[in-house]
Amino acid sequence: MTSSALALPQAMPRSGWLAERMPLFVVVAILLVLWYLAAVLMNASLVRDGFRRADTKYSFTDLIAGTMEAARPVVPAPHQVAINFFDSVFDYPPDSPRSLAYHSWVTLSATVVGFAIGALFGIGLAVLIVHLRTLEKSLLPWVIFSQMVPILAIAPIIIVVLGAVGIHGLLPKSVISAYLCFFPVTIGMVKGLTSPDPIQLDLMRTWSASRLQVFCKLRWPSSIPFLFASLKVSVTISLVGAIVAELPTGAQAGIGSRLLTGSYYGQTVQIWSALVAAAIIATVLIGLIDAVGRLTARRMGAAA
Amino acid sequence: MIARPQAMGFWLAAAGLLAAPALRLSDQAATGLADRPAVLASLTAAAVALALAPFWPKLSPAFGLAGTVLGCAITLDLLADNAVAGHARWGYWLPVLATWLAAALTLTRLAAVSALDRAGQWMRDLAIPLLFGAFLIYLWEVAVRGFGVPPVLMPAPTSTARRFVESLPILGDDFVQTFVRSVLSGYVIGCGAGFAVAIVAYRYEFLRRGLLPLGNFVSALPIVGIAPIMVMWFGFDWPSKAAVVAVMCFFPMLVNTLAGLAVASPMERDLMRSYAAQPAQTLLKLHLPSALPFIFNALKINSTLALIGAIVAEFFGTPLHGIGFRISIEVARMSLDMVWAEIALAALAGMAFYGIVALAERVTTSWHPSYRN
Repeated sequence: MTSSALALPQAMPRSGWLAERMPLFVVVAILLVLWYLAAVLMNASLVRDGFRRADTKYSFTDLIAGTMEAARPVVPAPHQVAINFFDSVFDYPPDSPRSLAYHSWVTLSATVVGFAIGALFGIGLAVLIVHLRTLEKSLLPWVIFSQMVPILAIAPIIIVVLGAVGIHGLLPKSVISAYLCFFPVTIGMVKGLTSPDPIQLDLMRTWSASRLQVFCKLRWPSSIPFLFASLKVSVTISLVGAIVAELPTGAQAGIGSRLLTGSYYGQTVQIWSALVAAAIIATVLIGLIDAVGRLTARRMGAAA
Repeated sequence: MIARPQAMGFWLAAAGLLAAPALRLSDQAATGLADRPAVLASLTAAAVALALAPFWPKLSPAFGLAGTVLGCAITLDLLADNAVAGHARWGYWLPVLATWLAAALTLTRLAAVSALDRAGQWMRDLAIPLLFGAFLIYLWEVAVRGFGVPPVLMPAPTSTARRFVESLPILGDDFVQTFVRSVLSGYVIGCGAGFAVAIVAYRYEFLRRGLLPLGNFVSALPIVGIAPIMVMWFGFDWPSKAAVVAVMCFFPMLVNTLAGLAVASPMERDLMRSYAAQPAQTLLKLHLPSALPFIFNALKINSTLALIGAIVAEFFGTPLHGIGFRISIEVARMSLDMVWAEIALAALAGMAFYGIVALAERVTTSWHPSYRN
C-alpha cells in the first residue's frame, strides 16, 4: 500500500532561505487578503442593518470599517482574531476561567495523558501482534475495523459510563484520546517491528539469539523511525479526541467547551481564537515529537 | 498429537467444563448444573470434543470449534434463568473461562493450518477474525448479563440488536440524514475540490511549492473544530455538516494527490517527452495513473474522517434527526441500547464505505506492486 502522504523534498536550486519559502509566503498572503475580502463581503449586510437601525448616514468607508470591528461578525477579520487571542491569553491570570491559556492547559493535559496511554497501548499491541501469529490473524483486522467505527460517537458513552463508576475529570477525556490515537502507533509499529530484512533475522538466528534478544537488539531499534512518524500523526488525533470529548458533556473548561459556549452565545471571535489555540498546541506538540525523534536518531548514529 | 502446551490447554478446558457441576451456579436458589440433564449432557459432549481435539492435528480446529460453540450455547442458555443472570457464581464462570481458553486454542490451531489452496487460505483468513469478533461479542454478552451490569451503563449486545431491529425506521432516517446527505455530499465536494486544486498546483510550480507545506500543516490541525463556525454559516441542517466534511476531506486529498503526481520517475517523463506528448496527455497517461495509489490513500483516510466530521458537527446543532443528534439525546435519556444501535449503524456504514473505496482501489490499481505476490 502507499506508505506516506508526505512528499519528499524536491531537488531545488539552492537559492537561499527566503527564495525557497517565497511561494509559501505569497500563498499565505493571498489567503489573508481573501480572508479580509470575505470578512467585508459577509459582514456587510450585518453592518448595514446596524446602521439602518440606528438611523445614521454612512459612507462606504464607514461600512468597511464597520465590517472590520463588528462585535459578532459572520467572518471575523484576522486582526480581530489575533487581538482576541492575545487578550484572552495575556489579559487574565492563567487560572481564571476567562483565560484562554487556562482552557488550553486543560485540553493539553488531557491530550498528553491520552497520548501517553494510547502510545503505550499501541506499542504493546504491536509487540503482541508481531510475536503471536494468531493475534496477527485475529486481532489486526479488528484494530483496522475499530477505526471505521466513528469512535467520537462513543465519546459521550465513555464519559457517562466512567462518570457512573466514579471517574471524573481528566481521565475520561484521556481515554477517548487514547482510543483514537493508538491506531496509527499500532499500525506503524507493526510495520516497524517487521521491517528488519530476513537476512538480518537469519544472522540473529546464527548467533542463536533468543526472541527477547532479537527484539531488543534488532526489531526495536529498527522500528524507531516508524515509531516517531506514527507518534506525530497520533498526537494530533489525540488533541482532536480531547477537544471532541469536551463537547457532548458540556465540560466547564477546555478548548472544546470554549467552542461550545462560543457557538451557544454567538461569540464568533472566541471560536476562532480557540481554534488558533488548538492549532498552536498541535504545532508545538508535533514540533516537540519531531525534535525528540531527531535527537534519538542522532544518538542512535543516524546520519544527521 | 499437537504441541504439548496446546494439548494441555485443551485438556484443561475440558476438565474445567467437567468440574463446573461440582461448584455453585448462583448465589440465589437456582437449580444446580447437576440437576439439569440436558445441560449436563451437552457439557459432557463439549468436554469430550475438546479432550479429543489434540489427537488429530488436522481435525483439531474442527473439534475445538465444536467444543467452543457448545460451551457458548450452554452458558448463553443458562442466562435465560433469572436466578443465574446477575447472580452467577464460579459454577457459571468456570465453563465461561474454559470456553474462552478453548476458543483461544482453536483460533491458534486454525491460524496454524497450512497446505491450503488459495480459496482455502482466503476462507481461513476470513474465518479467523470473524470467529474472534463473534467470540468477543459472546464475552461481552456473558459478562454484562452474568454480572448483572445495569443497562444504563452497558447494554448487552442482544438488547442492542433487538433495539436495532425494532427502530429500523428511525435508524434509516438518521442514516439518510447523516450519511447520504451530509457525508456523501461533503465527501464528494471536499475530495473533488482537493483533487482539482492539486491538478492546478501541479500545472504551476510556484503554487505547488506554496500549497504543499501549507497543506501539510493544515492537515495536521484539528479541523473538526470549525464545526461551530460552519453551523453558524450554513444553518442547522445538513449543508453545515457537509461543509465540515468537505473542509476535512480537502487537505488530505490535496496533499496526497500532489505527492502522487510527483512520483513518476524522470525516465518515464523523458519517455513521454520523446513521444512528443502534450502536457494534458502526460497528465492523463502518466501522472494520474501513477498518482492513483496516493489518491486512493486519501479517499480511504477521508472515508473515516468524513463520518467523524459529520457526527461531531451534529453536536453543535441539528434538525431533529441524524446519528450524532440521536446519540446525544439518547445518552441524556440513558437509553444506551439505542446509542449502541446508532453506533452499530455508523460502523456498518463506515465499513461499507471503506470497503467500496478499497474495492475500487483493487479494481483500478491492480497493477500496483502491493497487490502482486
